[in-house]
Amino acid sequence: MLSGKLRFNPLTTVLAGLAALFFIFPLIGLITGAPWGHITSVITSRTAVQALELSIIASLSSTAIALLFGFPLAWLLARGQFPGKGVLRGLTTLPMVLPPVVGGIALLLAYGRRGFIGRPLESATGLTLPFSLAGVVVAESFVAMPFFVITVESGLRSMNRRLEDAARSLGASRRTVFLRVTLPLIWPSLAAGTVLTWARALGEFGATITFAGNLPGVTQTMPLAIYISQSSNMTDEAIALSLILVLVSLVVMVFRRDRSGAQ
Amino acid sequence: MALGACSSSTTTVAPAGAAAPATPTGSLVVFAATSLTDAFNKIGEEFKAAHPGVTVKFNYNGSSSLATQITQGAPADVFASASPTNMKTVTDQNLASTTPKIFTANQGEIMVEAGNPSHIKSLSDLANPALKVVTCAPQVPCGALATQIFKNAGVTVKPVSQEQNVGGVVTKVTLGEADAGIVYVTDVKANGTKTAGVTIPANENNTTNYPIAEVKGAPNPTAASAFISFVLGSSGQQVLKSLGFLPPAS
Repeated sequence: MLSGKLRFNPLTTVLAGLAALFFIFPLIGLITGAPWGHITSVITSRTAVQALELSIIASLSSTAIALLFGFPLAWLLARGQFPGKGVLRGLTTLPMVLPPVVGGIALLLAYGRRGFIGRPLESATGLTLPFSLAGVVVAESFVAMPFFVITVESGLRSMNRRLEDAARSLGASRRTVFLRVTLPLIWPSLAAGTVLTWARALGEFGATITFAGNLPGVTQTMPLAIYISQSSNMTDEAIALSLILVLVSLVVMVFRRDRSGAQ
Repeated sequence: MALGACSSSTTTVAPAGAAAPATPTGSLVVFAATSLTDAFNKIGEEFKAAHPGVTVKFNYNGSSSLATQITQGAPADVFASASPTNMKTVTDQNLASTTPKIFTANQGEIMVEAGNPSHIKSLSDLANPALKVVTCAPQVPCGALATQIFKNAGVTVKPVSQEQNVGGVVTKVTLGEADAGIVYVTDVKANGTKTAGVTIPANENNTTNYPIAEVKGAPNPTAASAFISFVLGSSGQQVLKSLGFLPPAS
């Protein structure tokens, strides 16, 4: 970006340093508090492996759902002209600021067995979402998809639409314009949105435990396993499992920063 | 095995600093098991009426969570656990400044949806895989209770969820997400007509004792000991009895 020799006000440097330490200290706490002596046995325990598998399956599924349904929604919000668009955007991105446990309760009342969608769904298909892996995916999608929608929408808004017009005036079909012009232009926000959504889904706790319950091997994802073990005084296990999640998330966030920073 | 748990640690002795009882003032923080929510809210009101200078704050959660919070240094004055096991987590780390006293007891009951639409009559009905049964996680007192009850009855039940405190079980049954859950007798009573209960016969049931103690380093030890005396005294016991709690097993 700017040339390297920026002079910073000492106060800025001090405050920035404090802010950085604020985030770094808890990580040091996790690392120094980890049960290094028997960490392999803890992280290869049945509970841990099951929880990690479930977390990966569920978070990837909800990311796929976000791509499939979230992209059209982002497109509509970015390009559509219709009354109530602002309200629609507000409603569909509300879960970003809602406490996840509120989301979980709301999901139960809509898609639960007695919910106004869940009840007809059950009588028509026999399918019930709570206490199932599908329920975990629903909870994670509810909380994480808005991150995708909002990131992609802003990408679509900020791109230079004249390039699309130019391509079309040169005879490119709508499909070609989308694939060869639009998609490459919004690629950074698409990638960022996908990663953010996945990371948020991976860390989802409140909506999941409320809507999908907690059962090892079925709905107990990593954050749930961590919460249960920390609340049962199995602190070693909680710290070791937390470290895994931190490591995965950290790799993703650093990678993401590098990619979008390269723009 | 039920009522015989004559805890060796329940001798009634005068409170530690038995000098002139100071008038409790200030704020008091009580960590209490979720199953005590109604009882302690009510006892708290009466305690405040008796000691107008004190404001009582309650932190309700699964006893195992509360024990962890206390061992991690949470500023609690009083800990009331739904089982001696979780109290032991605290006393093992030398974090109780008074000997825990058993102040009440509770038993298990099957909570079912209002009107019992699944026609659940006994514990053995819960083994039906078509039914969605919810219990507490085994680490929490209500989960340990459920495990023991299933064992007593010789039934194998596969719960669809292991909740982190008894409130989670009550919610799942109340909302109709679960067909049945193992909760305390007092939970069925407190939930009124929103759900119904199926009694567990005495030979299959199990009793859990509730110990209470002052937390070491309590910010307000005067109020803590006054509150503990109040819970053990006639007003506290009256409230507990009215909500279906059992007298402490002795």
